[in-house]
Amino acid sequence: MKDIAKKVLSGDSRAIARLITLAENNDPSANDSMKDIHPHTGKAHVIGITGVMGSGKSTLIYELTRLYRKQGKTVGIIAIDPTSPFSGGALLGDRVRMMELTMDEGVFIRSMGTRGMLGGLASAVYDVVEILDASGKDVVIVETVGVGQAEVDIIKIADTTLVIIVPGLGDSIQTLKAGVMEIADIYVVNKADRAGVEQTVAEVESLVDITCSEKERKTPILSTIAKHGEGVKELIIEIENHEKYLKKTKEFETKRRLRYEAELIEIIRKRLMNFIFDEEQFKDKVELLIDQISKKQIDPHSAAEEILSKILK
Amino acid sequence: MEKKIRVLVAKPGLDGHDRGAKIVARALRDAGMEVIYTGLHQTAEMVVETAIQEDVDVVGLSLLSGAHMTLFVDVARLIKKKGLDDVLIIGGGIIPEEDISKLHKEGIAGVFGPGTPCEDIIKFIKENVKR
Amino acid sequence: MIKNKELENIKKIKSDWEKNYYMPHVKKHPERRKKFENLSWNEINNLYTPEDVAHIDYIKDIGFPGLYPFLRGIHPNLHRGRLWTFRQFSGFGSAEETNQRYKYLLDHGETGLSVAFDYPTLYGYDTDHAMSRGEFGKCGVAISSLQDMEILFKEIPIDKVTTSMTINGPAAIVWGFYIANAENRGINRRIIGGTIQNDILKEYIAQKSFIFPPEPSMRLIVDTFEFGYKEIPRWNTISISGYHIREAGSTAVQELAFTVGDGIEYVKWAMKRGLKIDDFAPRLSFFFNSHNDFFEEIAKYRAARRIWAKGLKKLGAKKSRSLLMRFHTQTAGVSLTAQQPEINITRVTLQALAAVLGGTQSLHTNSMDEALALPSEKAVRIALRTQQIIAEESGVTSTVDPLGGSYYIEWLTDKMEEETYQYWDRVEKLGGVLPAIEKGFYQREIANAAYKYQKEIEEKKRIVVGVNEYKMDEPVDIPILKMDEKGEERQINRLKKLRKDRNKQKYERTIKALRKAAEDNENLMPYILDCVHSYATLGETCQVLRDVFGEYEEPAIY
Repeated sequence: MKDIAKKVLSGDSRAIARLITLAENNDPSANDSMKDIHPHTGKAHVIGITGVMGSGKSTLIYELTRLYRKQGKTVGIIAIDPTSPFSGGALLGDRVRMMELTMDEGVFIRSMGTRGMLGGLASAVYDVVEILDASGKDVVIVETVGVGQAEVDIIKIADTTLVIIVPGLGDSIQTLKAGVMEIADIYVVNKADRAGVEQTVAEVESLVDITCSEKERKTPILSTIAKHGEGVKELIIEIENHEKYLKKTKEFETKRRLRYEAELIEIIRKRLMNFIFDEEQFKDKVELLIDQISKKQIDPHSAAEEILSKILK
Repeated sequence: MEKKIRVLVAKPGLDGHDRGAKIVARALRDAGMEVIYTGLHQTAEMVVETAIQEDVDVVGLSLLSGAHMTLFVDVARLIKKKGLDDVLIIGGGIIPEEDISKLHKEGIAGVFGPGTPCEDIIKFIKENVKR
Repeated sequence: MIKNKELENIKKIKSDWEKNYYMPHVKKHPERRKKFENLSWNEINNLYTPEDVAHIDYIKDIGFPGLYPFLRGIHPNLHRGRLWTFRQFSGFGSAEETNQRYKYLLDHGETGLSVAFDYPTLYGYDTDHAMSRGEFGKCGVAISSLQDMEILFKEIPIDKVTTSMTINGPAAIVWGFYIANAENRGINRRIIGGTIQNDILKEYIAQKSFIFPPEPSMRLIVDTFEFGYKEIPRWNTISISGYHIREAGSTAVQELAFTVGDGIEYVKWAMKRGLKIDDFAPRLSFFFNSHNDFFEEIAKYRAARRIWAKGLKKLGAKKSRSLLMRFHTQTAGVSLTAQQPEINITRVTLQALAAVLGGTQSLHTNSMDEALALPSEKAVRIALRTQQIIAEESGVTSTVDPLGGSYYIEWLTDKMEEETYQYWDRVEKLGGVLPAIEKGFYQREIANAAYKYQKEIEEKKRIVVGVNEYKMDEPVDIPILKMDEKGEERQINRLKKLRKDRNKQKYERTIKALRKAAEDNENLMPYILDCVHSYATLGETCQVLRDVFGEYEEPAIY
């Protein structure tokens, strides 16, 4: 086993941080370590949190984490922000709300940019969840900005998905209606001290009635005021209830299968792309084919077949 | 390999002047870097622990109160003590000429005063980043 | 302002002039820029004529100095009577050193004092608190107790000189130090004069030296309003500040809109408490920046006076004194360059001139070396002399509002007022001032403007002399102020001794009483004064309020 993997398993912050970087950078040297740590994963409960900008996700995570720490649980937090499609850079600002947790040895926070992935998840997020899990964190929280695709993607990785809604932001309900509402395992109406909270809860309730009419478990709706820590205790109980429900109904296995499927596809996709676009033997060939497509000498489908035939033989 | 330069922009101490830190943060983002901002009122310990968890290539400190000889040096020494040898440390603020060489000696490789174009900071980072 | 027929004539001649003279000329001699913009990105036309001010009713909209709407000034004779107060913001190191600097400034013709406090003081920490590390006396003087305040004003006639104190979060306590010091010197507190900045809203918006959350902060401020007009009637209990908003990168219009909007918000809070507007409003004062765009700054001050007068009238103020906006001005620190620092004298001169032409009541001129370090004695003296030259030599003080009636100035004044109301509407839509702060509205507007400005400098769309044009490679030769290295140790020892020597029972009793009053709804000023008199330190007194009120955390905006 590699030194860095050993250190990750012992919970060493610098090793955790470095292995995350290698995974994020798609560095081949991460692969062996990822293999080494895998047998030690699967213990952490993974919570996905999504919601529009300004819904108070970071503050809610801060309060959740504080409570988990009081219960003696260790927490890993992955905060994902969008990478600018123009510059490739990103401002990763979610941490600001959680700086108070920095000096707590039982908490590890990592900010990630989406780095060109469609949707709101960073491609390396599966690896990062595994790393934090293997390092012994009891709970791993993944935060994404809820913009369409991200809300759907988050369920591929989370055991329990929280969707955060804020009163007065009518568009968040609209997003839910637009077909992504089935992803929530728990709805959280945050900033419940704002005007219009009853109406928001009622709207979510009626949506839940429609989508859960045939289901055994009705998606619960909780109200919180994260900045005052109100409702957070109840939220943790609800998360625990969901975890129990998952394990009782075998849905847990379904969820985990879903994650591994997505992870596997992602790994294959990345390695294939690297192979085609980075390896010396293919790079020039690919460039040549693109030139030919531009000049209408070949069509894209035939070009793809030509590349794949070289790999698949 | 898709390496990106990761930068921690930090405001140690009590100084609340964050115009410069925010402008630099945006400029670095626009230059393709990943920028993590700590917010205000950080202790040296918090800055360094954040640098570790975020595994940044660069720690950029901003301070306009004049306390740089204490607070920049606190951060630089702690970084050294923790063995983060591959982290580039830079700092900006109202820093008199005579302090600059002292800060260099403490390991703050780049010191930028008022009127520095963001372009210079970007260039300095790209040329001096250690990994 | 002008009869219809004459206006038609002017319009006609102007359009002829444009067609037959202006355009052909520009074709031959192209203009230096496609578009001329001021610092709020307002496009400025080539010429202003009566056409641009035709909508203005002179008597109603402009009027006379000393009369509503006070556009031309708050006094009938303005600087022909009393000059503005020469008030240099100053403070560094220990109380002893700053006391020496004040005496120096008064000896050289300064007419009012202005205290800069260091960061620990601004955050309500004593010098020996862990968070104070490295900050002692760095950007202001450290004041941790009544004892330090006694030293700061030793041998200074505080019954005659007025003092402005830039303090916000713990303003009530530091004001308490000042009042108690006067009382201990046998000076009736009803005759002392000065200002506490006490403006927490702009701290949340821009300056970021906040301690408590908004609600208790606003309560403390209203406490000082009430205590002030009843007990310290010559004191300005607030200085509603645009200065820091501007320094953080806002435009002139944003500075104007956000600051006067904050002012209205304070009035509303005080009225909600049951205070009568005409009791406290005469003691509200303002503080603006003076930046590089000369005419824009002048228009800003004029617009501010009129907006404030209209706003207060709308809220029910009857007394003339309630309606007039008195303000202090400081030249823009952010406009100073570290490169070729001597040329900052010229920048400061222009900015100071704009403030005077805009009718300021009090002025600070920045020192040329402030982009490099704390100002040296010589640099401060030159800055002060700059004001004296404007006052005594330039002749601009001979008449009131000399630019009033200028087509350009009146047009710009109106435009800035209009844009202010647009900003107010946006804030109202967000639910008001505090919700807008919580949503990061102001912060985002300011950060966007700051970034845009910086980019324009880097792209050379704007020229900053010595920075992106007319550069020189010469070593900077500015003497740097050296501070007393023993100052911090001396003050810490003094604090330790104070805590040991003071009457312990009295201290504990007053602190306990303050805690109870804070938990209830009483006006806290008398309790704070009791604590101060019992030599409770700034940190100890502030900690009581921190315990009861909690601390503010800002929304993450950048």
